[in-house]
Amino acid sequence: MADPDMRENDEPLLVATSLSKSFGRIAACRDVSFALYPGEVLAIVGESGSGKSTLLQLLSGQLAASGGHVSYRMRDGVARDLATLGEAERRFLFRTDWGFVHQDPAQGLRMAVSAGANVGERLMAVGWNHYGRIRDTASDWLTRVEIDVARIDDAPRTYSGGMRQRLQIARNLVTEPRLVFMDEPTGGLDVSVQARLLDLLRSLVAELHLAVIIVTHDLAVARLLSHRVMVMKGGRVIETGLTDQVLDDPREPYTQLLVSSILPP
Amino acid sequence: MNAPAYNFAYLDEQTKRMIRRAILKAIAIPGYQVPFASREMPMPYGWGTGGVQVTAAILGPADVLKVIDQGSDDTTNAISIRKFFAKTAGVATTTATDDATVIQTRHRIPETALHANQVLVYQVPIPEPLRFLEPRETETRRMHALAEYGLMHVKLYEDIARFGHIATAYAYPVKVNARYVMDPSPTPKFDNPKMDDCPALQLFGAGREKRIYAIPPYTKVVSLDFEDHPFEPYRFNAPCALCAAENSYLDEIVTDDKGSRMFVCSDTDYCESRQAAGHHGSLSAAPYKEKAGSHG
Repeated sequence: MADPDMRENDEPLLVATSLSKSFGRIAACRDVSFALYPGEVLAIVGESGSGKSTLLQLLSGQLAASGGHVSYRMRDGVARDLATLGEAERRFLFRTDWGFVHQDPAQGLRMAVSAGANVGERLMAVGWNHYGRIRDTASDWLTRVEIDVARIDDAPRTYSGGMRQRLQIARNLVTEPRLVFMDEPTGGLDVSVQARLLDLLRSLVAELHLAVIIVTHDLAVARLLSHRVMVMKGGRVIETGLTDQVLDDPREPYTQLLVSSILPP
Repeated sequence: MNAPAYNFAYLDEQTKRMIRRAILKAIAIPGYQVPFASREMPMPYGWGTGGVQVTAAILGPADVLKVIDQGSDDTTNAISIRKFFAKTAGVATTTATDDATVIQTRHRIPETALHANQVLVYQVPIPEPLRFLEPRETETRRMHALAEYGLMHVKLYEDIARFGHIATAYAYPVKVNARYVMDPSPTPKFDNPKMDDCPALQLFGAGREKRIYAIPPYTKVVSLDFEDHPFEPYRFNAPCALCAAENSYLDEIVTDDKGSRMFVCSDTDYCESRQAAGHHGSLSAAPYKEKAGSHG
């Protein structure tokens, strides 16, 4: 393996330092710290209202933190504090080096324009100006997420829920981001579609060496996809560790409860 | 002449100052939509309230005004606005493009090349080129501020995906001075090249939307396109039936209920001056045919 590569992977991609966020008297997020390395998949699990989604918004710079900070290592290797980025830089980051997969695909897709344009939008936003090449890349990505290329000109509103979610993933990955945020990507899908989506995500993550922060309340998703798990409750991280360690040998009473609440297969 | 009940050119002086300030700002930032406090005008929205306010603000007693609607000097809209300013400002009016100093237009740019010292005032229904792509105005303003125009190409991409070519035929988006993407108002894309490096000042007024924008003289205006699908102006492939012009924008006129049609210049002044100069087409009226016959 090449030396610079190794060094790249030794440095964290994203570091959160004592992040907190309060909405008035309600503390949605308290003192969260962790580091995420390139190619690593981190699952944030917890029940509704535990602060998972707030944390995701803080990490992706969509919400300003009440305390603490997030630093991200840019493509040039320099770590920058997200709060010091200008809006233009942040938005540029969002459509190049980052992806965001929403639970509801309607939030992440343009429902009225064709699938091809949905995938191509990020490319056009970074200056691609050749229709043929944009279309070829879009078709290529549709194939990779197992969508029939014949449907490239159909609008996502004619797609099924699972297809929409896969299209959203293609749209995010087309600029080859290094970090993808996912907010309950399998929520609202039926079990067989979920399984297929998870399978797809797992292979894409490995293939593209993606770092992923995935928020989920579904421990099965965490088990299948993630390397590490953070368990949240009441805005705090109460337990963190390797996925199998946390799920098979939970230490905190709440985590034990969470794990035992899954029906045995 | 001046009706005593009105100030010169209808609007009061404070309002005209406010509009002029917006115009100056618009000229300073080519293609940028400047908000202004649009007034109620004695005409319905959609009939050129924005254009009329801009014209009222820049008109002086020595100006010569021409008003066109879809290229024509003699439609209701054009005649009403021309009469409006003849009455409230007492300015001279004309239909000849060359003689005019201020030309208010709806949906066309005259065929006769404009010269310096002329101002072209466009009536604009929807100033925001991103409107139907991104419904949130807060978001589109941010996109303009950060020059995020990928979405504009999404629209062109959709056109090609659906029709095989860029099917947008009017209100074709342009980039002004390599910075702002602008809606040139619903002019046919045939007229887009005329905006580039034009010696005349071009002002755009949207009354309902309360926006003014401008292209200063000799400014670079580029129509957006793809490398492999370049911008092409569109024109019916026929000569004008009245003046035989091969290079003017044509209107298609249905002449009966059996599918007959004729193509004529949409710019009536251009067509008439060509006919007066002896050009005649396949369907020219008799006098011109006779005149041409008696000459030859």
